[in-house]
Amino acid sequence: MLEIKNLHANAGDKPIIKGIDLSIRAGEVHAIMGPNGSGKSTLSNVLAGRPGYTVTSGEVLFLGRDLCAMEPEVRAREGIFLAFQYPVEIPGVNNNYFLKASLNAIRSHRGEPELDAMDFLKLSKEKMKLVEMPSELMGRAINQGFSGGEKKRNEILQMLLLEPKLCILDETDSGLDIDALRVVAGGVNALRGPDRAMLVITHYQRLLDYIVPDHVHVLSGGRIVKSGGKELALELEEKGYGWLEKGAA
Amino acid sequence: MSEGNAHLERLANEEYKYGFVSDIESDQLPPGLDENVVRTISAKKREPQWMLDFRLKALRRFLEMVDENHEPTWAKVDYPPIDYQSISYYSAPKKPVEVASLDEVDPELLRTYEKLGISLLEQKRLSGVKIAVDAVFDSVSVATTFRSELQKKGIIFCSFSEAVEHHPDLIREYLGSVVPYSDNFFACLNSAVFSDGSFAYIPKGVHCPMELSTYFRINSAGTGQFERTLLIAAEGAKVSYLEGCTAPMRDENQLHAAVVELIALDDASIKYSTVQNWYPGDKNGVGGIYNFVTKRGACRGRRSKISWTQVETGSAITWKYPSCILQGDESVGEFYSVAMTNHRQQADTGTKMIHLGKNTTSTIISKGISAGRGQQSYRGLVKIGPKADGARNYSQCDSLLLGDECGAHTFPYLEVKNATATVEHEATTSKIGEDQLFYCRQRGISEEDAVSMIVNGFCKEVLRELPMEFAVEAQNLLSVSLEGAVG
Repeated sequence: MLEIKNLHANAGDKPIIKGIDLSIRAGEVHAIMGPNGSGKSTLSNVLAGRPGYTVTSGEVLFLGRDLCAMEPEVRAREGIFLAFQYPVEIPGVNNNYFLKASLNAIRSHRGEPELDAMDFLKLSKEKMKLVEMPSELMGRAINQGFSGGEKKRNEILQMLLLEPKLCILDETDSGLDIDALRVVAGGVNALRGPDRAMLVITHYQRLLDYIVPDHVHVLSGGRIVKSGGKELALELEEKGYGWLEKGAA
Repeated sequence: MSEGNAHLERLANEEYKYGFVSDIESDQLPPGLDENVVRTISAKKREPQWMLDFRLKALRRFLEMVDENHEPTWAKVDYPPIDYQSISYYSAPKKPVEVASLDEVDPELLRTYEKLGISLLEQKRLSGVKIAVDAVFDSVSVATTFRSELQKKGIIFCSFSEAVEHHPDLIREYLGSVVPYSDNFFACLNSAVFSDGSFAYIPKGVHCPMELSTYFRINSAGTGQFERTLLIAAEGAKVSYLEGCTAPMRDENQLHAAVVELIALDDASIKYSTVQNWYPGDKNGVGGIYNFVTKRGACRGRRSKISWTQVETGSAITWKYPSCILQGDESVGEFYSVAMTNHRQQADTGTKMIHLGKNTTSTIISKGISAGRGQQSYRGLVKIGPKADGARNYSQCDSLLLGDECGAHTFPYLEVKNATATVEHEATTSKIGEDQLFYCRQRGISEEDAVSMIVNGFCKEVLRELPMEFAVEAQNLLSVSLEGAVG
C-alpha cells in the first residue's frame, strides 16, 4: 500500500529524514518508535503533506501513485488519515458540522452520495459509542475546551467515520491516562482489517500493549536503525534507545 | 505556487458580481455644490419651505466646514482629497418616479433589481417570506412594496420624499433630532443634499409583521448617493429593518454619505441590519465607493432597545460608527459587526454607546477580518454619564488576519463618569493558523472551504444576529470577498 524509498526530507530548512525505506502492505500494523528528535513526527507530517515539510529526494508511492505530487486534501480523500499529536482548536466551527463536511468531501471524491444531516447523525452516534465520546462534544466548536483525552477521542472518532486506507497515528498515546488509552486503542483496533494499514508512531511501548503491531521499526537520526517484530518494542522498553543510537552513529 | 493557490488566484480574479451598469436614462444635475443646487433638488421634490430651510442651513454650515478644513482626518484611512465641486448631487431615472402601481415602473429598473435578487413584484415572492422593500436607485426611491398590507396595521413605510409630503409633522418632529444637521462633516453634507431614502413609523403597540428593507443601488457615474433613513418605533412597537447595497464597477471613486436616524420610545425595539456590499474597487485599489456614513439611534424611552448588526464587505473605504444614545432608564444598545477588508480596502468602523439613563446596558461584538493589503480599525466609544447609575457595557473586539501584508488596529475609548458602572473590554488579534488550515485539509476539505469555514466560525456570534434570509447571504458574501485571500 505504502512504499517509501530512500526518503530524505526537511522540516523548514533543516534536514531531518535522511534516507528511510519502508514498505507497508494492506492489513499490516507498523509501529515506529524512537527517541525525541529522531524524525518520527516529521515522517507523519511529510506523509500527510503538511506545508513547510519538503521531500528533498527519494519517493513515496501510495497505492502505486506518487504521493508527494498530491495536495494534502487529495491525500486525505485518497485515504490517508493522520491522527494528530496536537489536534487544533477551531473556534466557532461546530464539530458536528466539520465532521459532516469532511466525510462528505471524502465521499464525493469516492463517487459516493453525500450524507444528509439525519444519516450523518445516525452514523456518528454509532461511532461515538466505540470511543465513549459524550454527545455534547459534537455540538461544541472543534476541540475547543476539550480535555487532552477528549481531543484524542475526537481524532479516533473522525478516523472511524472516514474509514481511511492508511491510518497514521502520531503519538496518540501522549497525554492519555490508562482508561483513555484503552478506549482510544479499542477504537483503533475496531478499524483493523485486511484492507487497511496502520502506522503507529509512539515514544513508549505502553500503547503497543493495546495496539499490537506486526512490525516495529526504530527511528534514530532520521533513519530506520532496526526493524523487528512486536518483541522489539519490549526490548526497547527494557534497554532504552541508547544501545541503538550508538550503533547508528 | 501550489495547485490550490492557483485555484484561489483564479477565483480572486472573478469580477464583482454586482458590477453591471443599467442602461437607464437619467435626469442628472451637473457637478457642483451651491445654493442653486440645493434649491433645485428641493424644487424637484416639491418640498415645503421648512424642508428647504433645513437644507440651506446645512449647506451654509457645510461650506464653512470646507473652508475651515473640518473634513475628519482622525480615522485611520488614507485617500486623496475629495473635490466636492466635482460631484453631481442628484441623479434620477427619467421615467416618472411617482407611479400608481409597479406596472408603471421602467422595466429596465425592475430587471436591475431582479438581477440583484430583489423582486419588486409582490406576487413574485414565492419563498413565502415577506419582506417589504423600498428600492432606492441613485437619488430616488423607485418602489416600495407591501405598502397596503402594512397600512392596515397603521405602519407607514415609504420613501423619504413621500414622508415629507404626507407626514410632515413626523418628519419635522424627528428629522435631525438624533443626528443634527451640523453633527459632522459628512452628515452636514447629507443634510444639505440628501435626495431620498426610507421612512418608517411603527405605531404604538404594533409589532411589524414582516421585515422592512431598503435596497440601495448606485448606478450613474459621477454622482454621489446621499440618502436619509428615519425610523421611529412608538411605545411598545417592534420592527426589524434590513438594508442592502451594491454599485457598478467604475474606475472612479464614488461618494456615499448617508444618515440614518432611529428613535425608540418606551418599550420599543428596533433591530437594524446592514449587509453592505458596495463596489470595493479592484485588486489594486482603483475605484470603489467611499462609504462615509452616520448612523445613530436614540433609545428615548424606558426599556427601549436598539440593536445594530452590520456585515461590511464592500466599499473602498468605510467610515461608519452606528451608535446608540441610551437615554431611557433600562434601555439597551447592541452593536454586532463583521467587517472585512481584502486587497486595498480600508475600514475604520465601530460604535458609540452613550449611557445616560439608569441601568442602561450595551453590548459590542466586533469581528474584523483583514486579508490582502486590507487595513482595518475598530474604533469604539463607551461613555457613561454621571446619572447613569448601574450602567453596564461589555465589549469584545476580535481581529483575524490572513496573510502578512494586512493590518488590524483597535482604538477603544472609555469615558466613565459614574462609579457604579461596569465596563468590560476584551480584545484579541489572531492569524488564521496554518495549523487550522492543515487540519481541515487533512480531513479532505479544500483550502478555500477551510478558510471560509474558519472565517464564518470567527464571525458566528454576529451572523446569528442577522435575520435568517440574510445570514445565508452574508455567509456567502464573506466567502466571495475572501477569495484569493490565501496563498
